[in-house]
Amino acid sequence: MAEMIRVGIADYKVGRAPSTIISYGLGSCIGISLWDSQTKIGGLLHIMLPDSTQANKSDNPAKFADTGVPLLVKDVLAAGASKARLVAKIAGGAQMFAFANATDIMRVGARNVEATKKALAAQGIRIVAEDTGANYGRTVQIDLNTGVYTVKTIDRGEKQI
Amino acid sequence: MTEKNELDLTPNQLDALREIGNIGAGNSATALSQVINTRIDMNVPKVALVPITDVPDMVGGPDSIVVGLFLRVYGKAPGNILFLLPQKSAYNLVDTLMGRPHGETKQLDQMDQSALMEIGNILSGAYLNAFFTFTGLTMLPSIPALAMDMAGAILNVVLVQLGQMGDTALVIETEFLSEDDGINGHFFLVPDPGSLSTIIDAVGVE
Repeated sequence: MAEMIRVGIADYKVGRAPSTIISYGLGSCIGISLWDSQTKIGGLLHIMLPDSTQANKSDNPAKFADTGVPLLVKDVLAAGASKARLVAKIAGGAQMFAFANATDIMRVGARNVEATKKALAAQGIRIVAEDTGANYGRTVQIDLNTGVYTVKTIDRGEKQI
Repeated sequence: MTEKNELDLTPNQLDALREIGNIGAGNSATALSQVINTRIDMNVPKVALVPITDVPDMVGGPDSIVVGLFLRVYGKAPGNILFLLPQKSAYNLVDTLMGRPHGETKQLDQMDQSALMEIGNILSGAYLNAFFTFTGLTMLPSIPALAMDMAGAILNVVLVQLGQMGDTALVIETEFLSEDDGINGHFFLVPDPGSLSTIIDAVGVE
């Protein structure tokens, strides 16, 4: 039986085939998956905010792109993945409500995408697929057997990236 | 760390917040009941300090489909109002508002969305009026924005702001219920970081 591992908001999990790691209901948040095709080890991180240095001190590094990505990478490597083979797929970063005078907070989705890319680049990890932006929620799951990243929406169907 | 102190409330202060929630929600329930001409029940408001990560579970899980009405609250104690209705409830509410038999609405057209946004206006206006009576703090709601999507995704909007300041959120939450009409909804008032001390000071409870 393939195990289904659930990741909450501001949380991350690491696993190996045949497990699937899933995170439900991402709006402006980003689901960042890492996968090593040979060992079939990977992980999924669900970040909420771009930058820990622009927020009050938090006990939870998984809340931010800049601190969450290094943490996920460290634990995926500790589980036995090879950094050279790790590839990333990302989804989320929507702006759920449209306001005429959107503040920075409303645009957090776009800033999350940017910070995520920067954090992955700093780790030297390639992004091979992405489904970000727009104005709808996403549920994401990474199948650690195949590396397929599935993005589900409520009325825009399902994508495999 | 001011926000630590701010969330460090005495039992009396929590009671005062619950009372504010009660009066606000009572007013809103009455207003809603007049608009749709049905009895609306409400539960005793929950005033709780919850880990941000637990909030999606309060409304049926992050992947349940809801209609969310979001309003910014301006004034001395700014914050956000979020009114969440399960999809089925929103459809029933629209049917009631439009005088259609229940089960007719299968998706929300422009007119349905306007009607729901108007409900958001009415509820928030009634709530904030009561809030003013109790605290003397004048607060005005923005025009509502509407989205139908996964609860987790919609809650992101209020959570990111709180997440920037800390790992917990103070939420004043009331559930509205109309058994006859199969309508229920969750009304959240989420004060911005910093607003809570203003509210507590205004009430003058120690």
